[in-house]
Amino acid sequence: MTFPVKIVVNGRAYQREIEPRLLLTHFLRDAIGLTGTKIGCDTSQCGACTVLVDGVATKSCTRLAVQADGTAITTIEGLASDGKLHHVQESFWAKHGLQCGFCTPGMIMASVALLRTNPNPSADQVRQGLEGNLCRCTGYQNIVRAVCDAAKAAGGRS
Amino acid sequence: MSAKVFGSGIRRREDPRLITGTAAYTDDLVLPGMVHAVILRSPHAHARIARIDTTRAKQAAGVLAVYTAADTEASLKPMPCAWLLPNAELKIAAYPQLAKDVVRYVGDCVAVVVAEDRYQAQDALELIEVDYEALPVVVDPQKATAASAPQLHADVPGNQAFHWTVAGGDVEAAFAKAEVVVKDRIIQQRLIPTAMETRAALAKWVPATGELTLWNTTQNPHIVRFLTSLVTGVPEDKLRVVAPEVGGGFGSKIAAFPGEFLAIFCSMKLGRPVKWTETRSENYQATTHGRDHVQEVELAATRDGKILGLRCSVWAGMGAYLSTAAPGIPTILHGLMLSGPYSVPALKEDVFGVYTNTTPVEAYRGAGRPEATFMLERMLDKLSDALKIDPAEIRRRNLLPPFEDGCNVVTGLTYDSGNYQRALDKALEHISYKELRAEQARQREQKRYLGIGVCTYVEICGLGPSQVAGAIGFQGGLWESAIVRFHPSGKVNVFIGASPHGQGEETTFAQIVSSELGVDVNDVKVIHGDTESTPMGWGTYGSRTTAVGGAALATAVRKIKDKAKVLAAHLLEAASEDIEYDEGRFFVKGTPSRAKTIQDIALMANLAWNLPAGMEAGLEATSFYDPPNFVYPFGAHVAVVEVDGETGNVELKRYVAVDDCGPQINPMIVEGQVHGGVVQGVGQALWEGAVYDENGQLVTGSLLDYAIPRADTLPDIDVLSTVTKSPHHPLGVKGIGEAGTIASTAAVYNAVVDALEPFGVDNLTMPLTPERVWRAMQNATQK
Repeated sequence: MTFPVKIVVNGRAYQREIEPRLLLTHFLRDAIGLTGTKIGCDTSQCGACTVLVDGVATKSCTRLAVQADGTAITTIEGLASDGKLHHVQESFWAKHGLQCGFCTPGMIMASVALLRTNPNPSADQVRQGLEGNLCRCTGYQNIVRAVCDAAKAAGGRS
Repeated sequence: MSAKVFGSGIRRREDPRLITGTAAYTDDLVLPGMVHAVILRSPHAHARIARIDTTRAKQAAGVLAVYTAADTEASLKPMPCAWLLPNAELKIAAYPQLAKDVVRYVGDCVAVVVAEDRYQAQDALELIEVDYEALPVVVDPQKATAASAPQLHADVPGNQAFHWTVAGGDVEAAFAKAEVVVKDRIIQQRLIPTAMETRAALAKWVPATGELTLWNTTQNPHIVRFLTSLVTGVPEDKLRVVAPEVGGGFGSKIAAFPGEFLAIFCSMKLGRPVKWTETRSENYQATTHGRDHVQEVELAATRDGKILGLRCSVWAGMGAYLSTAAPGIPTILHGLMLSGPYSVPALKEDVFGVYTNTTPVEAYRGAGRPEATFMLERMLDKLSDALKIDPAEIRRRNLLPPFEDGCNVVTGLTYDSGNYQRALDKALEHISYKELRAEQARQREQKRYLGIGVCTYVEICGLGPSQVAGAIGFQGGLWESAIVRFHPSGKVNVFIGASPHGQGEETTFAQIVSSELGVDVNDVKVIHGDTESTPMGWGTYGSRTTAVGGAALATAVRKIKDKAKVLAAHLLEAASEDIEYDEGRFFVKGTPSRAKTIQDIALMANLAWNLPAGMEAGLEATSFYDPPNFVYPFGAHVAVVEVDGETGNVELKRYVAVDDCGPQINPMIVEGQVHGGVVQGVGQALWEGAVYDENGQLVTGSLLDYAIPRADTLPDIDVLSTVTKSPHHPLGVKGIGEAGTIASTAAVYNAVVDALEPFGVDNLTMPLTPERVWRAMQNATQK
C-alpha cells in the first residue's frame, strides 16, 4: 500500500508514491537522494537529521514522510545559494565548528533555526538552544563560537 | 608567507564539503543493483541456540537470502585477534562471525538477511525463529574469575584471557620502608565510544574478475584489507578497501567486525553489492566498548610525600571475545605508563584480562592511558589528604625534573622529552590557584561546596617503532608512509597511508609541505583512505597520524628538496654544494638572482629534457617512516566544580588545560582536539557509563539512556600550551588527539572529591551522578 505525496525540498517539488511507514529522513536520503541529512541514532536524541519543515527545525527521523505531505523543507544542501555559503556555514568553517562533520548538517540547520527565533543569542542561550544536537568531536565550544559569530555577521538579522 | 604556514591556524580544507552536505560517508553511497543486509542479534547474554528456522523469513517480500552460521562457517575464517601479548598465557577463544551453538553477549550475531530494501530486510528479520536455552551469565570482570562463575568458553578455564605483569624496582622493599600507604579500589566504568556516525560497510564482489571492493567506516583501511584477505581468502591485490568520509572513530572503528565480513559474504554469494549499516542501538550493543577495569591499588610514600612504590591488580573486562587489538590496551598502553610523570622507584602490576558476557572491549580515546592516569592521580590526591599537603605541592615533590633527550622510567620506557613542572605552574597561575583555595574556604563557611581538581599527566603515543610492535606481540608494523608528487605545473598531491576522520590532516599535512618547500598551501592536496591509491599505512589511532605520518611526510618532502637542489645546480650550472634554499627558491650562494623556484624545478623534472646524468625523471618521493621511539605528550589540567549540597548535582565551573604536544602545526586544530578530548573525559567523570544488569542486558542501550555530554552542560575550556620538542621527530611534534581525555576524567573527579572534603567523602563510583553524590553526602552526614 502506498500513498502519493508532494513535498517541496530546497525549492523543488518532489512527487512520490511512498509507504506510509517511510520516515521523512529516509525519504530525503533514499527516495530523493539528498544524503546530506544524516542519521545518528534511532531514538531522536542526536539531531543529526535536523531539517527545516516550513521553517521549523525538525528531527526528520521523528516524522513520517506522509506527515510532511504539502510542506516545504530545507536541508543542508539547500542552504547555500548561488555558490555562496550561508553565513552560518561560513561561521562553522571560520571558527572550526566541526571535525568529523557528521553532526554538522543537523547542527547547522538547528543553528539557523535558533538564530531565526533569537538573532542575538548569548553563548549560554546557544548552548541551551543546541542541547538537542549531539556532537562527539568538538566539545561544542567552537560550535557555540560559530553560532555567536554568525549572529554578529548577520548584525542581529536572522 | 609559506614559512609562516607552519604554526598558523588556517581554516580546514576538509570543511567546504562537510558544511554543505556534499561529503559522502559509507551509508550515503549507492551502487547499481545494491541490496541491503540486516543482522539478527542475540537478545540473550548467554544461551544455547537450540533451533533456528529461517523458512518464513526467506519467503518474505523482497528477500534474496537468509544466512546462518551453517552457511558462513565454511567460507569465513574466525574473527582475528591481532595483538598476541607475549608471556601472558593468552587464550584466544574462537570468535565466529555468526554464533553457531552458543551466544555469549546481547548483540552477538545469529543470522543475516539480505533484501531489496532495508525496510523489507528488517521485516524479514522478525520472521526468523530462534529457540534459545538460557545459560548463567557473568558481567563483572572480577566476579568472572571466581571458581563458581559461569564459564564462557570451554577451553578458557576461569574465563581468564590473559595474565600480564609489569614490574620494576623492589616494590616489596618500598612498601616495607613506607611511612605512609594509601589505597583505593577504583571502578573504571565501561564506556561506549559513540562516534556520531554508526558503522557501515558496502561490499561489491565482481565474480568475473574476482575483485572485491569494501567501502567501510574504518580508521585503518590498510589493516582492514590485510585482515579481510586473511578471513575471506580474497587476495590482497584484488581487494580494495575505501574509507570514504568517516564520522568519528575514537577507537571504535579500528577493529575487524562481523558485520563487514557478513556484507562481503553476502555480496560474494549473491553477486550484488550489499550494504550494511548498523542502527545506533546495534552500535551500542555490538560495536566495541572501552575501559571496564576493576583496579585495586596502593601507594607507598615517605612522610614528606615522596613516592616510594606502587602496587596494583587490575581485572580488565574484555567482553565475550577478544577484539582485534584488545589484549594490548589494558596492558602495554596502561601498565607501561603507570609511573606517569613522577619519579616512582618501584612498581608492580598484575593485569587479568577476563571474558564476560558483554560486548567486546577495544580502544577508546586514550586507550589504557586514562585508566593509568586516573589511578595514579587518585593516589596522589589520597596521599595529599593523608599528609595534609596541598595536591599541587604533592605533585611538585614527585614530578620528574625537565629533560630534553630521554628519561628512563621504572617500567622500562624511555620518555622522549618533558617539562612537567612548567605545565603545572602555567595551569595553576592561569586559574589563580591560591586565590581559588581562599575562595573555596570562604564558600565552605556558607555551605557552598567548591572543588578544585589537579591532574598532571604524560602519555605514550605516536605508535611506534615496528621492532617494539613485534616484541610486544602486535601483529602489524607501526610505521607510516607518504608519497609526495609534484605535477609539471608545480601543484602537489600527497598520498598517505594513515586515515584521518575528523582530525584535519588534509590541512595540517598541506601546511607541512608548504612550509618545507615554499609552495602555496592551497596548491597541495592530500589524499587518504583508499588502499588502491595510497601507500600502505597502519592507520589513525593512538595519536599517531601527525606523530608518525607527519614524520613520513616530512622525510619525503626532504627527499624532494635534495633532488631539487641537484637539478637546480645542473640548470644553473653551479655545484650542488653551492645551492642554497629559501622560501621555495633554490639559488646560487651569494647570487640570489640566479635562482630556480620549486615550480621551475617541478616542470623541468617532469619534462626531463635536461637532467643531470643518472637522474630519474619526475619529482616524486616516497617515504616509509619507522619512528625510533614513541612520543610522550604531557600537561597539567585543573578543574573547578561546585557541588550542590541539596541535590548532589555537580556543575563544572571552570577548566584549564595546559598541554604540550611540541610545536603546533595548526593551533586552531590542536585547540579543537583538546576541547573534544577534555569533554569526553568529563563525560566519563560525570555522566557516562555502560550498565549491564545481572542478566547481561545492556540497560544503557541507546542515546536515551547513555548520557554523552551536551552543549548545555559544559563551560568554556581554557586551552593553553607549552612547547617542548620531541628530540627524535623530524618536526619535533607529538600527538594531541587523546591528551584531553587522558587528563580530564581525573581532574574532574579529584575536583568533586575535593568539594566533598567537608563530608569526609573520598571514594565515589563514576559517573558522579547527582544521586550518587547526594547519597555519599547523606551517608557521611548520618555517620
